[in-house]
Amino acid sequence: MKYLDEYRDATLAKKIAAEIHRVTTRPWTIMEICGGQTHAILRFGLDELLPRHISLIHGPGCPVCVTPLEIIEQALNIASREDVIFCSFGDMLRVPGCETDLLAVKARGGNVKIVYSPLDAVSIAEQNPNQEVVFFAVGFETTAPATAMAVLSASQKRLRNFSLLVSHVLVPPAMEALLSSPDCRVQGFLAAGHVCAVMGCEEYLPIANKYHVPIVVTGFEPLDILQGVLMCVKQLETGRAEVENQYARAVTQQGNQIAQRLLREIFCVVPRKWRGFGEIPRSGLGFREAYAPFDAGKKFNVAHNRVNEPAECQSGLILQGRLKPAGCPAFGNRCTPEHPLGALMVSSEGACAAYYRYRGHEENSFAKSS
Amino acid sequence: MAHGGGGKWMHQLLEEIFLPAFGSSLEEPHDSTVLEKLNGRPAFTTDSYVVRPIIFPGGDIGSMAVHGTVNDLAMSGARPLYLSAGFILEEGLPIATLRQIVQSMREAALRCGARIVTGDTKVVEKLHGDGMFISTSGIGVVEHPLVISPRSIRPGDAVLVSGDLGRHGMAIMSVREGLNFETTIESDSAPVWDMVSKLIAAGAEIHCLRDLTRGGLSSALNEIAGAAKARIVLQEDSIPVRDDVRAACEILGLDQLYVACEGRFVAFVAPENAPLALEIMRSHPSGIDAAQIGEVSENLRPVVVLKNTLGAKRILDMPSGEQLPRIC
Repeated sequence: MKYLDEYRDATLAKKIAAEIHRVTTRPWTIMEICGGQTHAILRFGLDELLPRHISLIHGPGCPVCVTPLEIIEQALNIASREDVIFCSFGDMLRVPGCETDLLAVKARGGNVKIVYSPLDAVSIAEQNPNQEVVFFAVGFETTAPATAMAVLSASQKRLRNFSLLVSHVLVPPAMEALLSSPDCRVQGFLAAGHVCAVMGCEEYLPIANKYHVPIVVTGFEPLDILQGVLMCVKQLETGRAEVENQYARAVTQQGNQIAQRLLREIFCVVPRKWRGFGEIPRSGLGFREAYAPFDAGKKFNVAHNRVNEPAECQSGLILQGRLKPAGCPAFGNRCTPEHPLGALMVSSEGACAAYYRYRGHEENSFAKSS
Repeated sequence: MAHGGGGKWMHQLLEEIFLPAFGSSLEEPHDSTVLEKLNGRPAFTTDSYVVRPIIFPGGDIGSMAVHGTVNDLAMSGARPLYLSAGFILEEGLPIATLRQIVQSMREAALRCGARIVTGDTKVVEKLHGDGMFISTSGIGVVEHPLVISPRSIRPGDAVLVSGDLGRHGMAIMSVREGLNFETTIESDSAPVWDMVSKLIAAGAEIHCLRDLTRGGLSSALNEIAGAAKARIVLQEDSIPVRDDVRAACEILGLDQLYVACEGRFVAFVAPENAPLALEIMRSHPSGIDAAQIGEVSENLRPVVVLKNTLGAKRILDMPSGEQLPRIC
């Protein structure tokens, strides 16, 4: 298939892998930020093509995974109301709250709808003026512009029955949180290509300089990832710490400025709690005062709900790259996609889901060593 | 369609819609139908069909209810003979739609060489059904000595698929969710008995057959691997999936190997018969893309393994529930 098969070419992939072997002289630990990249690595077995002493560790870039339990609880609370049509992206539905998930709320008669775009939720609000329609807005800078567009559209249409439970988060503050931790193992980053398609590359420059860490903006196909690793290893081997752009077919230096303007119009930067990290300052997007009437947390008075993560789920360590999924004692036994302890096991971008799905849970004992 | 308790109105429905379509066997209305003696081992199966929308690109619930049951018989190597059809209709269903679907069932049964010999209709109140549900049962006859079952699978067996995968699931999803792609993906709903009968007639040593429905290839192979205690190794790039289906799956973040088909099956055949079986499949109009996708290897533990072009292996696991479209 065009624009896809070219980036999965086995001959080229092996060529790049050989080049990585050639330039690597020392062990390096590289973190891929995005869960989409983690899944591609495991799906295509890219880690098996790399030199043994290059270690890929999986970053916090799965929007479903980093959404804190208390926001999930707030969502479940709102979705259970009779007067609400609750709209969500598909992969939030299996994420466990304290006792239940959105799929179970739906099975009990809750009106939970899967949408493909926040604008679909705006249309649903228009078609159902006597119902409250709530969109569950999660995601990084990638999905935030579409959320902002929905808010703008609802505002222009003067919809009063539409609101959003917002848990948008930003990548650079999470990278800083990782890098400033005393036991940080990360020596280089593959930054998330789609996030940078919106935000551009420039906001990563201060991080590369301050922490002297190479950052390669990388795509999601096998050749993208291998090339990203190669660029990162070359920087590490030569002692450089620059921001480079592997994903130039989608990412420009400045990013999508229309989207950025829209984000600034609707949202301001706020502190946000992340699953596994706790609160990170200036790491999330919240409504500007002018758009506060669209805040479902306030509208349904759930914003004060506070809960803590379950102790057995090691998602914090995994999201910080300090533990690989198969190293978790609960992996594959007390925690499975059918009975997950945390979001990482059910999200299509979750690291635990990737290991469970592509590596199995008994056969690959090699996956147990982190 | 009105909700009723039987009587004249239901009689009229029978007279005007069901009898003309299903023909002679229903012409002497009686509580049951007495069938001819079978010339071989009888096979019996039943299934219920719920699909929204009931008419979709490439088929409808009626033809699907016939194909599904006929295909289940074919998977035991049984020639389909007789079908029953039970209808649950929702009040408000347009009579024209019912007529269209019944007609489609008639045509589908004729194409498969099966007769619908008994049936039942109930109407439920509005909002108590999804337009229409259909249950079909089927009786077929096994006229050859092959034991087509997971227990017949041997190490070395070739694993074949009878055509490209995933079209039914993506056709339904694109209509249901109002997704507009450049091309319309049509369901692959079709009867497979004709192809299976040709394989049997040619003397191919068939060990096991399984039709690919909900859960797609992955589900079917995991079930078989478990039942046969077999290790099935697939070569990813040999699995036939059309570009439009692949593209739609990529956009939605779905795995095409988990997407439903309604007219495709996997065949486990003795390795020396694989070329013959493939030739027969490919000479069939619905089997142009048939392919050998893998083989059964020496048994370590029951598992389905997928090898990709880069040489890496991964487990193809049983799906856990419906696939859900992802965020980004």
